[in-house]
Amino acid sequence: MAEKVLMKGNEAIAEAAIKAGCRHYFGYPITPQTEIAAYMAKRMPKIGGTFLQAESEVAAINMVYGVAGAGFRVMTSSSSPGVSLKQEGISYIAGADLPALIVNVQRGGPGLGGIQPSQSDYFQATKGGGHGDYHLIVLAPASVQEMADLTGKAFDLADKYRCPTMLLADGTLGQMMEPVEIPDVEVTPVEKPWAVNGTKGKRAHNIVNSLYLKPDQLEKTNFERFEKYKQIEENEVMYESFMMEDAEYCVVAFGIAARISKNAVVAARKNGIKVGLIRPITLWPFPTEVIAKAAEQVKGFVSVELSMGQMIEDVRLASGCKKPVLLCNRAGGMIMSPEEVLAKIDELAAL
Amino acid sequence: MIVFEKPKALTDAPLHYCPGCTHGIIHRLVAEAIDELGIEGITVGVAPVGCSVMAYDYFACDMVEAAHGRAPAVATGLKRCMPENIIFTYQGDGDLASIGMAETVHAATRNENITIIFVNNAIYGMTGGQMAPTSLPGQVTQTSPYGRDVTVAGYPIRVSEMLSTLEGPEYIERVAVNNVKNVRNAKKAILKAFKNQVEGKGFSLIEVVSTCPTNWGMTPSQALEWVDTNMIPYYPLGVYKDKTAAAAEAAKEE
Repeated sequence: MAEKVLMKGNEAIAEAAIKAGCRHYFGYPITPQTEIAAYMAKRMPKIGGTFLQAESEVAAINMVYGVAGAGFRVMTSSSSPGVSLKQEGISYIAGADLPALIVNVQRGGPGLGGIQPSQSDYFQATKGGGHGDYHLIVLAPASVQEMADLTGKAFDLADKYRCPTMLLADGTLGQMMEPVEIPDVEVTPVEKPWAVNGTKGKRAHNIVNSLYLKPDQLEKTNFERFEKYKQIEENEVMYESFMMEDAEYCVVAFGIAARISKNAVVAARKNGIKVGLIRPITLWPFPTEVIAKAAEQVKGFVSVELSMGQMIEDVRLASGCKKPVLLCNRAGGMIMSPEEVLAKIDELAAL
Repeated sequence: MIVFEKPKALTDAPLHYCPGCTHGIIHRLVAEAIDELGIEGITVGVAPVGCSVMAYDYFACDMVEAAHGRAPAVATGLKRCMPENIIFTYQGDGDLASIGMAETVHAATRNENITIIFVNNAIYGMTGGQMAPTSLPGQVTQTSPYGRDVTVAGYPIRVSEMLSTLEGPEYIERVAVNNVKNVRNAKKAILKAFKNQVEGKGFSLIEVVSTCPTNWGMTPSQALEWVDTNMIPYYPLGVYKDKTAAAAEAAKEE
């Protein structure tokens, strides 16, 4: 058993990544995720790893592309405006079917926005982000402990499916301190016969590439990749269900918004409103079937988000628009109180 | 007795380059260097976006295709996780000196232990002949149809001169491949650029003044001549930085 320590969410990600066998980190300073880079700068040289402060987010993600191509566990981290810059490289990593971890500790936008917490990169994270047809596996932690646990999980999923994985956190989770146990994980080396690490004269050359000038070949790679995505949708959906057994109303929220919502759900129950919470942990694949099933059970949904309403579209789609879906949101770095969520639950119950 | 054969570090894939293009010569020189140093099995090359985008089909070593301009960053990642391997990039002028200038400068200033082959033909070939960061003043291209106007488009960048002002890089030389003598010099420079990496000396960049008969609107032989009459006067050949040689020189003087 590892011991429990008090850590910032950002530091928990960094230490968990090291425990998961990641020895290569490339980043660029941006608030509110810089502690990840600072932690890596301190630790990596002591354990024979790489910490490199790149000249830009664009360069950092392309360094990640190189290391991922060579078959090593590798990561970068940033916050919203920086993650926009990384989209080119993320698309190439997805197109070349390489495993890598990208951490986005979100802040308010658009543009330079602010430095306070936000969830307004949901569309960017779950719907592609860069050019072309692709998905990232997107994991949304809601505590410092989950920042650590899902980091290890993200590396495993990336290797298992040969695809880039994103940890989508926010400024609150990145900055807040909680007791956390960084799990000692057994890292099983994954065979990567496709890696570019030198032929040693023993095999034909490997090529890491996303270019297919013949359209039939490019189409084929797209269809094959989406077969893989189908498997991920079938096997890797993660969510938390809270007080849903007898629920007549359902709150859907992820990350820090889910923690606020939990308080509101408990308060509403005290007031006699039977409400529960579904917290998607994987944002892609989205727990579509879980929401669809809930739509048979409940009278309506509230989507609680730190954005102008992005996940709400997936909630509506998953529920087949059979039940009303209300939005409880704050934006720009503002955070809703449990009372604001409670008021929205009351509004739904009064419909 | 075999007097001439294809380097082993080249595959049998037929090159797609236009007739008279000097990419073929430069590919061969790179492959010869890899053969002579016996490093094919540990070499990973990085291809750019541009005419040599499909270089990954031509070199027999492991290859990565990079996004436009990002090859030095990709090479940095490869070298940092595999310091014992030999990593090279092969880039054109648009890739290296325009969209990828930041990656180029910073790989150089870090003295990243990689080898860069920089093919400067003063034009974007693959996309059909647009103005490049190295297009000469007055040069007519698809996007400078009245000739490069320096008051609008600025001046061509002399990459070797600029990078040699940095403390970091080990070795920077500009060569050409428009005649036998120049090809021989280019061969020596490229071999040295790879040898430097094997010896752990650091960042070596060879700028190869090249041609684009198709988009220059010339015959291959006219293009080779234009290198002498127009390119080399603006881009003088020679060694711009050689830290090891400079240190040896300094030691001699003491």
